[in-house]
Amino acid sequence: MLLSKPRLIRGGVRTETHKQPTAACPLEPLHPPGPLYVSLSQHIGAPALPAVRPGDTVAKGQRLGTPEQGLSAAVHAPTSGRVAAITRHPAPHPSGLAVTTVVLEPDGEERWADERPEPLTEEAERLEPATISHRAAEAGIVGMGGAAFPAAVKLNSPRPVDTLILNGGECEPYLTCDDRLMRERAAGIVDGGRLMARALGARRTAIGVEDNKPEAIHALRQAAASLGGAEVVPVPSLWPQGSEKHLIYTLTGREVPAGALAADIGVVAHNVGTAYAVHRAVRQGRPLISRPVTIGGGAVATPTNLEAPLGTPFRTLLHQAGGLRETPARVLAGGPMMGPIVPLEAALAKGTNGVIALTRSEIREAEGRPCIRCGRCVDACPMGLMPFEIANRAAAGDIDGAAASGLMDCLTCGSCAYVCPSARPLVQLFHYARGQRAERAAAKERTELQRRMAEQRAERQRREQERKKAAAAARRRQRAAHAQGGAEQAQGGAEAEPQDTGAEGSPPDAAPSGEETVS
Amino acid sequence: MYTAILVLTAMAVAIGLLLAVASQYLKSPPDETAEAIEQVLPGTNCGQCGLPGCSVGARAAADGEIPVDFCPPGGRAVAEEIARITGRPMAPASDDGIRRVARVTREDLCTGCLKCIKACPTDAVIGAPKQIHGVLPEACSGCEACIEVCATGAIEMVPEPITLANWRWPRPMEENDRAA
Amino acid sequence: MSELVAGPHTRAPVSLPALMRQVLLAAVPATAFGVWLYGWPALYLLVITLASALAGEAVSLRAAGRPVRSGLGDGSALVAGWILAMSLPPWAPWWIGAIGGLLATVLGKGVFGGTGQNPFNPAMAARVALLVAFPAAMTRWVAPAPLGTEQAPGLLASLRITFLGGADWDAVTSATTLDATRTAITQGQSIQAALPEAYDPALAVLGYAAGSLAEGSALLLAAGGVYLIHRRVIPWETPLVLLATLAVLATGFHALDPQRYHDAGVHLLAGSTVLAAFFIATDPTTSPATAAGRAVFAAGCAATIWIVRTYGGYPEATAFAVLLMNACTPLIDRWIRPRVYGRTRRGTPLPTGEENP
Repeated sequence: MLLSKPRLIRGGVRTETHKQPTAACPLEPLHPPGPLYVSLSQHIGAPALPAVRPGDTVAKGQRLGTPEQGLSAAVHAPTSGRVAAITRHPAPHPSGLAVTTVVLEPDGEERWADERPEPLTEEAERLEPATISHRAAEAGIVGMGGAAFPAAVKLNSPRPVDTLILNGGECEPYLTCDDRLMRERAAGIVDGGRLMARALGARRTAIGVEDNKPEAIHALRQAAASLGGAEVVPVPSLWPQGSEKHLIYTLTGREVPAGALAADIGVVAHNVGTAYAVHRAVRQGRPLISRPVTIGGGAVATPTNLEAPLGTPFRTLLHQAGGLRETPARVLAGGPMMGPIVPLEAALAKGTNGVIALTRSEIREAEGRPCIRCGRCVDACPMGLMPFEIANRAAAGDIDGAAASGLMDCLTCGSCAYVCPSARPLVQLFHYARGQRAERAAAKERTELQRRMAEQRAERQRREQERKKAAAAARRRQRAAHAQGGAEQAQGGAEAEPQDTGAEGSPPDAAPSGEETVS
Repeated sequence: MYTAILVLTAMAVAIGLLLAVASQYLKSPPDETAEAIEQVLPGTNCGQCGLPGCSVGARAAADGEIPVDFCPPGGRAVAEEIARITGRPMAPASDDGIRRVARVTREDLCTGCLKCIKACPTDAVIGAPKQIHGVLPEACSGCEACIEVCATGAIEMVPEPITLANWRWPRPMEENDRAA
Repeated sequence: MSELVAGPHTRAPVSLPALMRQVLLAAVPATAFGVWLYGWPALYLLVITLASALAGEAVSLRAAGRPVRSGLGDGSALVAGWILAMSLPPWAPWWIGAIGGLLATVLGKGVFGGTGQNPFNPAMAARVALLVAFPAAMTRWVAPAPLGTEQAPGLLASLRITFLGGADWDAVTSATTLDATRTAITQGQSIQAALPEAYDPALAVLGYAAGSLAEGSALLLAAGGVYLIHRRVIPWETPLVLLATLAVLATGFHALDPQRYHDAGVHLLAGSTVLAAFFIATDPTTSPATAAGRAVFAAGCAATIWIVRTYGGYPEATAFAVLLMNACTPLIDRWIRPRVYGRTRRGTPLPTGEENP
């Protein structure tokens, strides 16, 4: 059910958008200039399993990683070349920790595999829903708005879905790649939307676009007019209007209940880039091997938009945008509100929508002055929480108190920290508290595991004890029987009862004798 | 005067009887605190707390004789749980909070003698005779029994390996944390 | 290159020191008027109170092991001292200002944990402590003696007044409006009889009357307050609800018995109502964090002011009213909270059944 007039979300902040430098830059295709570092963990869920070995020659679009059991996704070669190595390489994560990565050296030929999924040209309504979601899974498509959730799962909803929403919000400052995609590939996005709607059985499709993108709205409306199937709805331009929960509320008036999924209220939302990827997967048989990305920030010489192959190192992407004209204070993957600081060696992943190199003056440090309980954060919070309360409790180490105040409902969107006059590190306090909670849960699980293993071991040793006792008893009986027999022959020697002190009764957890197999 | 003595004696007897009845019928249930504490302890009886076993430690903690953070391998998580169960205040961190696990760091020294494998109460050490042994970090409770029996010093305690799965955000610095 | 920090990496251009600076800026006109109105002693008192507040804050910060420079730099001690000074009798001796400043920052803020931790408004807490400890010095008001007129003492004479207590009190003391009418009531007279001598609405708006250092000029205080609202330094709910509630109460009761109850004009213009509405009740740390909560807070302040002025033992009630409502703030913040997205008002998750948009 769509509203005729979009609803305003609670709170939120109007940031400076900084979109002007790149809004007019079309998506330039980038041919891989050097080795590509294709991570097998570009999605939520278990990392993909390597499907190739070092030294293998691969074609463009060939599978590099097969999905693991459960929640996972496939990974494909962005270009043709040779697998130089399968190694641990820094992930686009603030910790800089490594993930298993396929290092691909391009051969420059851009040679596609001979076997590719057949392009399907029928109208979306004539295709089987299962075919569409299967294609999405085969193509390794994940949510490209940043969440990177395997799209096939979100297209296979077990519950009835009546509304599909395509998210053209792009509310992060500096980013314009989705804007460009909507302007340049509107038809593909609308077709992708129809395919998704068919897969889900959705009756209506709405494309929500922030009203600071009039050209995108116009292009999508034109495409929808001729292709049909979607209503383009302009929404207010503020942060975090593009949050799935809030876009759904704005367009349908319904809230996703706490702890539930959007599908539970009959709505599914996908990023416009994901819709475009589905379009390509179905219409061209093309797996997800490249994506639009904005390279921006004050430290970059010529900010631009690229359609870059997955696995392109951030360093290379920055170089493509004219290089760094000064040492950046921070390099982020995504926008400045929620984008994490990343190492320059890390590479473009399926959910990376921007590489932003910010100068010192573009950043505002979190000085962390004391909280004065001014309540600006409460006004700004789009979830209706009281962020200062959660943060103050987290800072005091009261993790349970923080959870009771709504820590787990928080989007970590940063609206609160954005408006805080004391520049408190609110979002990091929330991350910290969540980490402590997760650590506690993990420690509990570990202790459970160790208890179980200790018990199993003790049990095993008890059984060993029993077995040995039984064996000893059996031997005693045997000896007694022999002695009996012998004594009947040799007269009167039966007093010599064999002594048995149970010498095998060694203390329970000392080392058993050597013939044992060990775990 | 005799009335006073009589009355007071009668009161004493009556109250005494009441107490006796109460202690019988209003008995508090057997102490579950010690059991609850024992549930959260590793259960390996490693002895690092100085007491002869986890159930003894649990009893002592329930009676308030030892601090809530008495179990070194349990670390902060167990200490917090015990603090929660007993309602006693949490102790300030006495270590760096980093969990330590055993690891065969000197593979060149490992003779494959199986001593550590036999010593480990949770079967966290794996390996075969004459093969280099290894440790499963999640199963290691930190009791250090393996360290003690290893004749060559091939195995030692190291900080738990950090992966993307167990990496946590550090607490952010605030203005008041910086030096005055 | 960069430390391990989480986003957001950009912020709105609002900072705590800037907010405090704006508050001081808004207070300057009324304070300057007060100095002009009551002469140099007022200025000396102001300076001493500020110095003492800063000193107290520095001592508290050092004792707590916190960085002193940045702690003083956030401006909160200066604001507390300034507002306290604004509410003191203008010719009060220097030690009133000195003790008051220390009380405000050390006992009003420091012992609770510093900026943001105090449950009570530091300036009001100090003022009440002074009032109760030194009732004589704290209730000695003077008639206006503007600079440049012959009643105004010169620079040196003012030094004597502030530091050596050398004022000819009989000649200069004057009762405030609320003082005068309170005395009348206790003597059994009607307030209407006592008012004309003690109250002139026009002068009250300007502030040309006996009163504390800077509470008199409703006009200048309101101008400063409106400026702060415009710049989004203080919320609009608090002053509006406070003044409106007080006006409604006053008008209602005045209609019932004009001889006993003041009208809205007196309540709003006399005493420190306007000062409280814009500068005191709006203190973020001691007032609720939600708009609805602040409205309740302001209404409570107004009601308490009216009750204490009418029935209580003190003629001026603002400080007590604010402190009483400060005590209610944590409860207000507990009960009046926004509804969380995806949950009911009680906090349980919304049902997933068919929703009506």
